[in-house]
Amino acid sequence: MSVVFQRTNGLTQKSTHYCPGCTHGIIHRLVGEVLEELGVLGEAIGIAPVGCSVLAYDYFNCDMQEAAHGRAPAVATGVKRVYKDKTVFTYQGDGDLASIGAAEIVHAAHRGEKITTIFVNNAIYGMTGGQMAPTTLIGQKATTAPFGRDQAHSGMPLKVSEMLATIDGAVFVERVSVNTPANIRKAKKAIKKAFEVQIEGKGFGIVEVLSTCPTNWGLSPIEALKWLEENMMPYYPLGNFRTPEEVK
Amino acid sequence: MAKAKGKVAFKEDLCKGCELCTTVCPVKIVKMDRTRINIKGYHPATVDEMNKCIGCGNCATMCPDLVITVEREMEK
Repeated sequence: MSVVFQRTNGLTQKSTHYCPGCTHGIIHRLVGEVLEELGVLGEAIGIAPVGCSVLAYDYFNCDMQEAAHGRAPAVATGVKRVYKDKTVFTYQGDGDLASIGAAEIVHAAHRGEKITTIFVNNAIYGMTGGQMAPTTLIGQKATTAPFGRDQAHSGMPLKVSEMLATIDGAVFVERVSVNTPANIRKAKKAIKKAFEVQIEGKGFGIVEVLSTCPTNWGLSPIEALKWLEENMMPYYPLGNFRTPEEVK
Repeated sequence: MAKAKGKVAFKEDLCKGCELCTTVCPVKIVKMDRTRINIKGYHPATVDEMNKCIGCGNCATMCPDLVITVEREMEK
């Protein structure tokens, strides 16, 4: 018998603190597997965000640096400009990247920084207890929107990938999901491409991963995946928004 | 046609009982073991009828907590 699936060396042996059924674990694994497969594990530097994945530095088996809330792309910019040969990535949630860190991500893309961003979009603030995020869907309940998000009050949910795809410096922008094994495999391909774009020196790459938050959505992990499919995927369509011709 | 035969192993104490693995098994053999509780306090995922396993790796792909290792061989 040959082993077809085992724990990647891209992650440490530590058990994650994430809630049962949280898809952060899947996305961590994909990033770890990609770093290992590209052979850059020894020279990768990750920037951890603030949010549920604040402890990501304990889980990725490479050098990690913690950044202030939303500032991971700014820290990554500094790291990459000093260590041009290293593979630098940020791992951020939607509260971190789309809200307080919106300026940092837009300008990192705008400058065409040669970094990779993994953007985990679960449409809510997880760590702080389920507040409304810029990505929260219309009608979706959150502790700061007990009757559901109201467009007249809070505007429409922010489509980060579509927004960043309008910026010339962002050379690879793709939205993926981790709700089924097939989509997980596609997500891994996208994450790999985003890293390849950086390694080849082409520019900024971001992969938005639609994720679940069973705890703050108030659903079981299985129901949460169904909710993601029925509610998030129609508003946040999966697909590639920008690819440099060469990496297609 | 060659038939695939698989074997899955669970690192039980890492399991958080989310049950996602049970939803993606094409032969529906991954179950939660309601008779036991692991070190984290959850009913761990397990497989009783291992002879039915085809080693597709779906359960391990879906598992957020790296509980599952999958082996496979092709029967001729």
